[in-house]
Amino acid sequence: MKNIDSYTHTRGESIYVDDLPILGGTLFAIVFDSPVAHGKIKNLDVSEALRLPGIKRIITYDQIPGENQIGGIFPDEPALADKEVHFRGQPVALILASSERAGREARAKIIFETEALPIITDPREAASKGEIIGPVRTFKMGDLTEAWNKAVHVYEGKAETNGQEHLYIEGQGAYAFPIENDCIRVVSSTQGPTQVQRGVARVLGLAMHKVEVDVRRLGGGFGGKEDQATPFAVLASLGAFLTKKPVKLILDREEDLRMTGKRHPYTSDFKIGLDEDLKIVAYEADFFQNAGASADLSPAVLERTLFHATNSYFVPNIRVSATSCRTNLPPNTAFRGFGGPQGMFVIEAAITMAAEDLCVDRAQIQKANLFKDNDEFSYGQIIEGCEALSTWQQAEEDFDIQATRNRVANFNAQNKYSKKGLAFMPICFGISFTNTPMNHARALVHVYQDGSVGASTGAVEMGQGVNTKMLQVIAQTFSLSPSKIKLETTNTTRVANTSPTAASAGADLNGKALQIACDAIKSRLRTFIQKTFKVEHPEAVNIKDEWVYIDGKKTDWNWEKLVANAFLARVQLSEKGHYATPRVKFDKTTEKGHPFAYHVYGTSITEVTIDCLRGTYVFDKVDIVHDFGKSMNPIVDRGQVEGGLVQGMGWMTMEELAYNEEGRLLSSALSTYKVPDVFSAPKEINLKFLETEHSNLAILKSKAVGEPPLMYGIGAHFAISDAVKAFNPDAKGLFVAPMTHEKVLLALYSNDNEKNEMNKYSESEVNK
Amino acid sequence: MIGFILNNERIETDLPQGMVLADFIRYKQCLTGTKLGCREGDCGACTVLVGTFSHGKISYESVTSCLMPLGNAQGKHIVTVEGVNTEGLNFVQQAMTDEGGTQCGFCTPGFIVSLCGFALSESKQDQTEGVLAIAGNICRCTGYKSIERAIERIVDKLKDKNPEDSLNWLVSNNFLPAYFLDIKYRMPVFQKNGADSISADSDIVFVGGGTDLYVQRPEEMYQSKMVHTLYRTDLKGIWKASGKCHIGASASTEEMKQSEIIQSLSPQTHDFFDLISSLQIRNMATVAGNLVNASPIGDLAIFLLALDAEIVLNAKGALRQLPLHSFFKGYKTLDKSADEFVQEVNFNLPSSGFLFNFEKVCKRTYLDIASVNSAASVTINSKGEITQAAFSAGGVAPVPKYLPETSAFLMGKIPSADLIAQSLELAQSEVAPIADVRGTVQYKRLLLRQLMTGHFMKFFPELY
Repeated sequence: MKNIDSYTHTRGESIYVDDLPILGGTLFAIVFDSPVAHGKIKNLDVSEALRLPGIKRIITYDQIPGENQIGGIFPDEPALADKEVHFRGQPVALILASSERAGREARAKIIFETEALPIITDPREAASKGEIIGPVRTFKMGDLTEAWNKAVHVYEGKAETNGQEHLYIEGQGAYAFPIENDCIRVVSSTQGPTQVQRGVARVLGLAMHKVEVDVRRLGGGFGGKEDQATPFAVLASLGAFLTKKPVKLILDREEDLRMTGKRHPYTSDFKIGLDEDLKIVAYEADFFQNAGASADLSPAVLERTLFHATNSYFVPNIRVSATSCRTNLPPNTAFRGFGGPQGMFVIEAAITMAAEDLCVDRAQIQKANLFKDNDEFSYGQIIEGCEALSTWQQAEEDFDIQATRNRVANFNAQNKYSKKGLAFMPICFGISFTNTPMNHARALVHVYQDGSVGASTGAVEMGQGVNTKMLQVIAQTFSLSPSKIKLETTNTTRVANTSPTAASAGADLNGKALQIACDAIKSRLRTFIQKTFKVEHPEAVNIKDEWVYIDGKKTDWNWEKLVANAFLARVQLSEKGHYATPRVKFDKTTEKGHPFAYHVYGTSITEVTIDCLRGTYVFDKVDIVHDFGKSMNPIVDRGQVEGGLVQGMGWMTMEELAYNEEGRLLSSALSTYKVPDVFSAPKEINLKFLETEHSNLAILKSKAVGEPPLMYGIGAHFAISDAVKAFNPDAKGLFVAPMTHEKVLLALYSNDNEKNEMNKYSESEVNK
Repeated sequence: MIGFILNNERIETDLPQGMVLADFIRYKQCLTGTKLGCREGDCGACTVLVGTFSHGKISYESVTSCLMPLGNAQGKHIVTVEGVNTEGLNFVQQAMTDEGGTQCGFCTPGFIVSLCGFALSESKQDQTEGVLAIAGNICRCTGYKSIERAIERIVDKLKDKNPEDSLNWLVSNNFLPAYFLDIKYRMPVFQKNGADSISADSDIVFVGGGTDLYVQRPEEMYQSKMVHTLYRTDLKGIWKASGKCHIGASASTEEMKQSEIIQSLSPQTHDFFDLISSLQIRNMATVAGNLVNASPIGDLAIFLLALDAEIVLNAKGALRQLPLHSFFKGYKTLDKSADEFVQEVNFNLPSSGFLFNFEKVCKRTYLDIASVNSAASVTINSKGEITQAAFSAGGVAPVPKYLPETSAFLMGKIPSADLIAQSLELAQSEVAPIADVRGTVQYKRLLLRQLMTGHFMKFFPELY
């Protein structure tokens, strides 16, 4: 089944926040954000700005009726800065104007003076100064002392990954409407409607029931709208509440880039020990996460780094520790993979370092250490349904790895200025919120008296196709044509207390809840049929393809007639389903438990060709065997794998966030922050579906697919470094992502640099 | 008063000429299918088609409406995603749907419009050109493969297109709604561009495509008094006359790409131009705009410097011609007075033995601004001597840099490995790059050496 939104998407008829018709009296909100990264506020003077034409009101923290606080995990983030500012882009005041243009003119007239405070942008510096958020977390297993003694090959090093801008093409935005009795209705581009509701209620000093949040769809989320849609929905609501006028707040791209957080940059130290058979016997790592100025979701992201610190590899003796470091950058936040990719990169770097020194193919070490059933993760979960080796072997066979290796070797022997590189990247990604209490969802189903069905869930559609999957669950349960089913907006008055659509768990949690609701209605309908047709055994009743069958024989009741009669007989045709993932638990005091419903596995092989004259590269192909369980929608799932892969490759190759020492974002527009275009994608993505039947905690046995494929992108980095080594075996600095064209060229010619041929001009020029 | 046809509707508006077309479409006409993703022409979500009536028919080009001043819509047929909707889905929309080419949907209208523009185009319609048509459209969800598969379907279908009667074919095969057939009868009523005479003045902004002005100072542009030059017929064209190639100030970058004269410079001219922005931007960005903007990494400036081009300035009819390299005086300062505007650029047509090359490396190979770009030309006589040489480099100086010493050094010499090594070194002494978000000093110097090597490898492959 195709994405149910594609009809309106392709016709330009899909509605996003900025497309809503403008209600009379609407005010346009512009955020005045801090121009400095750290400082005490000495003067905030809005008087001149207020006098400009079209300016209705300028709101500062002292006008907030409730609590000036939007922090999720920790209460450390004001909605509007009060005494200090902690990052460039932090909201300080909200301008309400008759047009965005007028608001922006007024913004330039606001006088803002601060006393400078020291600016930290480097996580290690923050850690050394005690600027850390929450406790340092450590996962341990086995006996390291003994293991280090046993290890034959030991390597230590440092690996770094930069952050990543989400670049949802639809920027952050919200449109808030005042409702009678001090209530607020806000349409928000958020992955977390309940988070927005809670934030608005808190800041306005209202009970949650006075705040209604509605979400039709997002023009991309990727984690960037899990927590960070909240500040802007809160500000729009604050404006609407104080002025009793509708208030629309849409960030333009540059505002969005400078005000919102991104994927966390990490800098990490690792130590890996292998035995003679290339088995990893010991691994230690210390991760320093650049959290930005407040906690946001950083502690949860940090935790997932530890959960995925060994990627797909069994390591019997391990200690991994992670520190969330407070810096003066925008608060970094959720991004597809949620800290997992950052953890995986480090062990891949460690393995690569070992392979290079031992002169073995890194794939040999990778393969020798893949997880298998009954192995234990460092956090105590025992592996079931492991597909690490099966996807690896299938990738080797289906894509004829030996032929590929030969072809690459021949190519490299024949070409001087063009080299190919290869990299395997296995993935193992846990599905569930690691914060166990979040693993539940609800759905509301109405069967209308004409037989049509409307359903609401807590899931937010952001392109991942969750609504298409929800519709399939309903269609399959009722045996109904999709044309009779409509997915409603995600709305806090219909489905309350939702977890954000995140952690790849949206379809599982909400689909299971929906299935429960549909089953309940179907069960009542069957009972009604049984009574009406005076059937003895309930099993004799069947509803199939919109007809009622008794003992396998089609009756004269179709679906519409069934529903109409049931309605007249006063059968309840609406139902709410509630689902809570069984089995999952995690104890943070012991750092042990069973946090994941299941894991998703897969193996990719990336092939790249680098132009050794120019330092540029082209990805020839990525071959993937991915564990889908039993895919309920191959078109949607293929799209998630291809899209996730390319997004991950972007993170590893060209997407380079640059902040200067003043905490100012230099890559502050799409002209300087580059995401993959059509030519950056691999020329071929060959995807094989590994089909398995044992994923009972996945919706219709179809495994979660949102985040895991992003991590295939890590293969891009190691394929490039493989190719660089083919040109320059002494190349250095290869464990720092992203591998931009600049880094590649410098690595290709790093020997020349040492000879100082190029440097003789540069020293005096650097600061010009 | 600005008049044009928007989809199937005649528009007359008194709104400021400097307002961007995307805002007019979205917020004044409430056609919200056109999306705003970046307002700097880098995402393509706001792509629309601009139809120009000429010689009894209309030719369509895709543009990013976020950078297009409303004034440039004068007399055009502007087509948004709503304007290509037919009953149900049109062929392009169906192909994107069937292949899963849309996920969150926000970029989708831009892709649909670009691909409808591709279907309408009169140039080659193979997979390569189909992909180039969407090279200016960014999608963050799909990873593009599904979109490429949709393009395969479209390309396959277009093989049946009758080139003699393209528009009828597209309408009868459900690519476009039927009203497209009538538009040409409704166009000639509008005032032609280029009928009035123009003169420069300090309070008037000359706007070509606006592709840089609207990135740098959009707020200011909204209220500016402006002269729209992009579609002025008196500033258009690329032609040969008296041993020279003349390029009108308003020739677009895409027109340069398609020009047979420019193509004759090198068999790879097409590839060079594909490295310059995207089709949407190339359709708007003018030669004069690129030169007057004076960006140190301006691609056309670098390209033309290596052709020893001259620039012609017009002050109330009085023409002044000077070498392009002396037009750039310092960072964003030009040898041009307030009452002068650019009339044309010209260069000597190459003689036999002429070789030309253009190199550009950026963070992202396509649709990006160069870290360093460079162009070079040499002419080799029958004795194997270099009788002409011109080298230029961008991103290594405050101006688009002509390398006079390196160019002069090679004159009269016979190419050798040693000569090349010396000229690579000499080039380094002529530049002074600064570190910025596009690269460190060390990188830019190394990259210049590599790109210069790229020229030499193409010119003298026997030495490598």
